[in-house]
Amino acid sequence: MSMEYREALESLTRIRGVVGGLLVSREDGLVVAEAAMDGVAGNAVAALTNALAGRMQAAVASGGFGDPSFFHLHADGGTIAAAPAGDELLVVVIADRRVNVGLLRLEMLRIAGSVA
Amino acid sequence: MRSLEPWVESPLATFLTESDARLTLLMTGSGQVVAQHGFTHALDVMAAAALGAAIVASTDALASVLGLRAFHALHHQGHRHGVFLAPFEMPQGRMIGLVVYGRDTSLGLVQLFFDRLVSELAAAAPPGEGKKVVLPQDFEHELHASLRALFGR
Repeated sequence: MSMEYREALESLTRIRGVVGGLLVSREDGLVVAEAAMDGVAGNAVAALTNALAGRMQAAVASGGFGDPSFFHLHADGGTIAAAPAGDELLVVVIADRRVNVGLLRLEMLRIAGSVA
Repeated sequence: MRSLEPWVESPLATFLTESDARLTLLMTGSGQVVAQHGFTHALDVMAAAALGAAIVASTDALASVLGLRAFHALHHQGHRHGVFLAPFEMPQGRMIGLVVYGRDTSLGLVQLFFDRLVSELAAAAPPGEGKKVVLPQDFEHELHASLRALFGR
C-alpha cells in the first residue's frame, strides 16, 4: 500500500466509531487499500458499495444534478459512507452508531480530493 | 439456465441474479459440464469447458513450477467483457466455474457472489457421494451425454 493511501486511511480510522476505511477501484469494485478491524468484510463491502455508488451516480445524473460527492447509508447498527475520488477510486467507510457523520463527511471529502 | 444436477440449480440461480453474469459454466475438473447459463450452442459449451479446464490445469502446473500453491482464481479483463475462472473443491471432486460478465457488473461483485455460490453448493451437495473419477475411455461418451442433457439433443 502506498504511503499516501495508508495515511489517508489512518486519518479515517482515527475518527470515533469508524471500524474500517477502504479505497476501492471504481472500475472493478476491488479493494485498493484497506484499514479495517478484524471481522469487517472489506471485500464484500467494497464490491457492493461500489455497485450501489455506480447506480446512485446514474440516478443523480438522470435527475440533472451532476456528479454526486458523498453517499451516506444509515442503518440501525451503523453507517456506510462513500465518496468518489475522481473517476478511479471510491473512498468507503464503515462505522458504528457512535460516528459523527459531519466530521466523517469532511474528512472523507478531504481524502477524496487528495487521492483523486 | 440448464443443469444436470438438481442441487446445483438454486445456488446457481441466486448467483446469476446477484452477479448479473452474462455466461456461466460449472464443470468438473476434467471439463465435463454440470450446468450452464447463457450458452445457446452445445459446441460453444464444449469448447469453453475444454478450454477452461485446460487453463486451470495449466495454471496448476505453473504454480507447481513456481513452488506455489494452486492459484485461487484467474481473471481476464477485456474491453467490454471480463472472464473469471476459478476452481473449487466439492465432496464430489474438483469443480471449475467460468463466468463471463459485462460492464453492468464488476469483478468485485462476481468474485463476492462466486464465493457465496461455492459455499451454497457445498451445503446443497448430496451427502455420501464420493469423488467421481471419469476414465479417459469414457470421457467422450460422458461429455456428449451431458451436452445432450443440457441442450436436449
